[in-house]
Amino acid sequence: MKRYLWQALAVAGLTLSAIAPVQAQNKTLVYCSEGSPETFNPQLATSGTTFDASSIAIYNRLVEVRGSKTEAEPGLAQSWTVSDDGLTYTFYLRRGVQWHTTRNFTPTRPFNADDVLFSFKRMMDEKHPYHKVSGGNYIYFNEVDGPNLIKSVEKVDDYTVKITLTKPDATFISILTLHSFSILSAEYADKLLKAGTPERLDTDPVGTGPFVLVNYQKDSAIRYTKNDKYWRGAAKIDTLVFAITKDASIRYQKMRAGECHVMAYPNPAEIESMKADKNLRVLQQEGFNIGYLAFNTEKKPFNDKRVRQAINMALNKANIVKAVYLGSGTPATNPIPPTLWSYNKSVKDYQYNVNKAKELLAAAGYPNGFEATLWWMPVQRPYNPNAKAMAELMQADLAKVGIKVRLVSYEWGEYLDRLRKGEHDMGLLGWTGDYGDPDNFFGNLLSCAAAGSSTARWCHKPFDDLIVKARQVSNQAERTKLYEQAQVIFKEEAPWFTIAHSIATEITRSNVTGYQISPFGSHDFYGVELK
Amino acid sequence: MAAEIDQKTSHQVIVPSVFAEFWRNFSRNKGALVGFFLIVALIIVAILADLLAPYDPAYQFEGRFLLPPAWVEGSMVDHFLGTDNVGRDILSRLIHGARLSLIIGLIVVTLSLIFGVSLGLIAGYFGGWVDFMIMRLMDIIQALPSLLMALVIIAILEKSLTNAMIAISITVLPHYARLTRAAVISEINKEYVIASRVAGAGSLRLMLITLLPNCLPPLIVQATLSFSSAILDAAALGFLGYGAQPPTAEWGTMLSEARSFITQHPWIVTLPGLCILITVLAFNLMGDGLRDALDPKLKRT
Amino acid sequence: MLRFFLNRFLLLIPTFIGVTLLTFSMVRLIKGDPITAMLGERAVDPRWVEEAKARLGLDQPLIVQYGIYINQVVQGDLGNSIVTSKPVLSEFWDLFPATIELALSAMLFGIVFGIPLGIIAALRRGKVSDYLTMGTALTGQSLPIFWWGLLLILLFSITLGWTPVSGRLSFEFYVEPITGFLLLDCILSNDWPAFYSAIHHLILPTLALGTIPLAIIARMTRSSMIEVMGEDYIRTAKAKGLNPKRIVLIHGLRNALIPVITVIGLQTGSLLAGAVLTETIFSWPGIGKWLIDSLDRRDYPVLQGAVLLVASFIMIVNFIIDILYGLINPRIRHGR
Repeated sequence: MKRYLWQALAVAGLTLSAIAPVQAQNKTLVYCSEGSPETFNPQLATSGTTFDASSIAIYNRLVEVRGSKTEAEPGLAQSWTVSDDGLTYTFYLRRGVQWHTTRNFTPTRPFNADDVLFSFKRMMDEKHPYHKVSGGNYIYFNEVDGPNLIKSVEKVDDYTVKITLTKPDATFISILTLHSFSILSAEYADKLLKAGTPERLDTDPVGTGPFVLVNYQKDSAIRYTKNDKYWRGAAKIDTLVFAITKDASIRYQKMRAGECHVMAYPNPAEIESMKADKNLRVLQQEGFNIGYLAFNTEKKPFNDKRVRQAINMALNKANIVKAVYLGSGTPATNPIPPTLWSYNKSVKDYQYNVNKAKELLAAAGYPNGFEATLWWMPVQRPYNPNAKAMAELMQADLAKVGIKVRLVSYEWGEYLDRLRKGEHDMGLLGWTGDYGDPDNFFGNLLSCAAAGSSTARWCHKPFDDLIVKARQVSNQAERTKLYEQAQVIFKEEAPWFTIAHSIATEITRSNVTGYQISPFGSHDFYGVELK
Repeated sequence: MAAEIDQKTSHQVIVPSVFAEFWRNFSRNKGALVGFFLIVALIIVAILADLLAPYDPAYQFEGRFLLPPAWVEGSMVDHFLGTDNVGRDILSRLIHGARLSLIIGLIVVTLSLIFGVSLGLIAGYFGGWVDFMIMRLMDIIQALPSLLMALVIIAILEKSLTNAMIAISITVLPHYARLTRAAVISEINKEYVIASRVAGAGSLRLMLITLLPNCLPPLIVQATLSFSSAILDAAALGFLGYGAQPPTAEWGTMLSEARSFITQHPWIVTLPGLCILITVLAFNLMGDGLRDALDPKLKRT
Repeated sequence: MLRFFLNRFLLLIPTFIGVTLLTFSMVRLIKGDPITAMLGERAVDPRWVEEAKARLGLDQPLIVQYGIYINQVVQGDLGNSIVTSKPVLSEFWDLFPATIELALSAMLFGIVFGIPLGIIAALRRGKVSDYLTMGTALTGQSLPIFWWGLLLILLFSITLGWTPVSGRLSFEFYVEPITGFLLLDCILSNDWPAFYSAIHHLILPTLALGTIPLAIIARMTRSSMIEVMGEDYIRTAKAKGLNPKRIVLIHGLRNALIPVITVIGLQTGSLLAGAVLTETIFSWPGIGKWLIDSLDRRDYPVLQGAVLLVASFIMIVNFIIDILYGLINPRIRHGR
């Protein structure tokens, strides 16, 4: 404790007393973050805010996605092999990776297979002493069906781990890039368990990542120092601070005043003036998401393909995207973002055509249209900044073809609940990709397996056969072909009106170099430099 | 406070001479007069909102986003106070906002007056455990700051302007209940009350006809002051996203929406706030004047 | 006196039980649940969702839930936050000092400027400066805090660049939390540059939150002074030829301050409500923001605990004021 105090005092004293030369020695990067982390254990978390503060800064995974890429690369596993039946994965672990030394833990050994086993077992094994600690909600692990997918995790030797699956799954390596598969220290966990304070594992983290947590003041700031022994090489900044600032305008003001160096999620309305500011740099990248309007295909008249197609033609997509996304969204054709492999460029979207839409409706037996509900979510989401405005625009468009739309909304949790139960006719929702595999989109949103709770409640055999097969085959070229075909069927069958992929915008001060926007919306400050 | 009401006024129900005396007292206070005329002006604006507002407050002019007021460069004559981020005319929205704010004030004051006074009358008249229960209920409501209590109530009822008004009414109930109860307790053993009781007046009659008029002066003052606090609280709730929902032209909600534009377009933040300030100030000025005029013991100026 | 004290104290008990009932039923009546809100778009096995809810005890009969709740409250356990899984009480103590620091600073600001202004206005009663001061005070009292805060940021931070935009401390400083009260911690760590930075950050929020108390205190001081100056003993003192300034400051003020102190006490509640708004505007890490966040996230234990703690705090403060007032003013004590 004392040591940190002196360190902090020294830092404070130095930055104050001298202006240029000393500052060059101690570089502090301030990131204006949008909220407080829920926990410092990514296994328990769901929000990007928490992952930024925990898994990205503090931890590593066996395999990782980094920078602006979506493909997996080796992390704590230097390499891996897959058995011929696709059931057994053998990971060869990196040697000489040091755990962080913090005020309440000094490691006696480097990272090894025990740590991997501990991290998986905590989530998998209900009898594990850590399983129920801190609420025990491993949401992502459950989302990817971890309890049923992973049969066993075994230690072969100190630096080899064997994971056996219950069924072949081509997405497994991508799944392992999820933040929830971060590797925690087994030695630290044991020590805490003996001390009777296991929950501190989740609040006072010890990782292998580029930054070491110094202190977290709730709703205020998170401080890190660089990990000098980081296995990829020490970070180029000495101190990393997350200044928690919920309000986007205030974040912008702090950027202008130089109180922050990087910020995310700006107000769309302020982006123009940010671009004009010489001290700031505006980075933009197409987001890894999709906003959609799903038709409840179990209900009449949306069980008729022609009705769904008609609505696809009746809605003026260009206008909706322009008005709602204010320049930070691109109209969507396919259910997956263009940055994801297997995106089918040759699929043609429906053209806005009121007359054609009317004809189709007439052919389906609704020459005078019909009445239906359109649901809009009460919250801003990354893929849809203003669902209400969007719903109103859609209502006006659909009135032109005789469809009388009633707008419906509920409190967010209730909204999701009712959508899952299929109470809607048409519903606005979307998805942000978790990992770089098309199955993350297709499987969760459009498969027969998910039809009981997905917004479209769509189960179309020819489509489903393709995506089920694509998940089992391990050859990526083959998988790409299957997904491309699936996208053609999707467009023809039109269970959704695909709206847009939003564009992620992040701002840095112009003296920040090496910062890359992540397609997954995470914020990684390793490799960032302050000039 | 009510216990200190002058003996003289308590025997008379308002008669013209009292009113004349009241007006003389009231109009001596220049501030109160200013407040009074401001309120009259606001009421006129509110009633004639449809005529005065140049446009529909919810209409979005395409392409006319964030225009500044007429005296600033880059403005349009069509929009005297400019437009907001989705191209709605700010002047029209402010005018309709005035109507909404007065309605909010009126409904909140009416609701809380009716229920608060009833509770106070019942508590004071019956005493005993009825009194105890009612007053503890009031204690509970007052155990939280009004804004927090309103937030909690709205969270239960779902976010909307109606629910915001209900919530605010509940938070101000205790003021009325306490005032009325205190007045009733101080009056209930006086000769004139006992006289009418002996004459065979029923409980309801006693409460409403005999006792209530004597509690009026402090209640009127309280009503005026809670008019302003209701407007302020509704705006605060709107600002936090728990009041009127967009696109309703409510001043607090407008402010909350405009907050993102504070750097480039400060006027859309400045104007709704100014409206709230002026309205609240007007009611506070008048409330002060009323207090001085109605309650000689509490005379402050 | 003891009877009065006991009487007032006993009255706290039903109110406290009422508040626990309120907080308890409130979180059960609010729609939406935290697990679904946390899941968002993610589809998870519904069986698992039910299990997660069961772990939170949300599936028990209401009366059982209330029993468990009361039992925990009595033992000083307010449960754990669903979102962070930390004890509610520990989160409260992490954030409460920031709110208190802000509220105290605002109150201090109100007292330091409010009382002299009130005295001056009282002494110049009826003059232009009196009207001006009181007019300004009433305007101050009518300010919507959230707007006033934004205007202050607009003027001092954005236009003039004199004050920081938000936060509690500049990023180059790090002060080890000892008490949680940042100013105090800076002094304890002997870190004066950080202390100045903290003061610098405190200025605007203090102005925003302190203006209304200042206005109220100024108005109250003035009227109280005027009343006291009219009392016989002051007139006697004047007639005796005592120094007028001395009369005001020694005799008048001391008596005039009694109602002022009461008003200051009564401001606790509105200060906390104002803190919710001020903290939202200035990203101040206090309990106001915490409460709003937990409301948005449907984090029941936090919501329940926070409301209970704030209510208890206010009840205690009001109780103390009541007792003090009873000590000062015997009429109240024997009145009822």
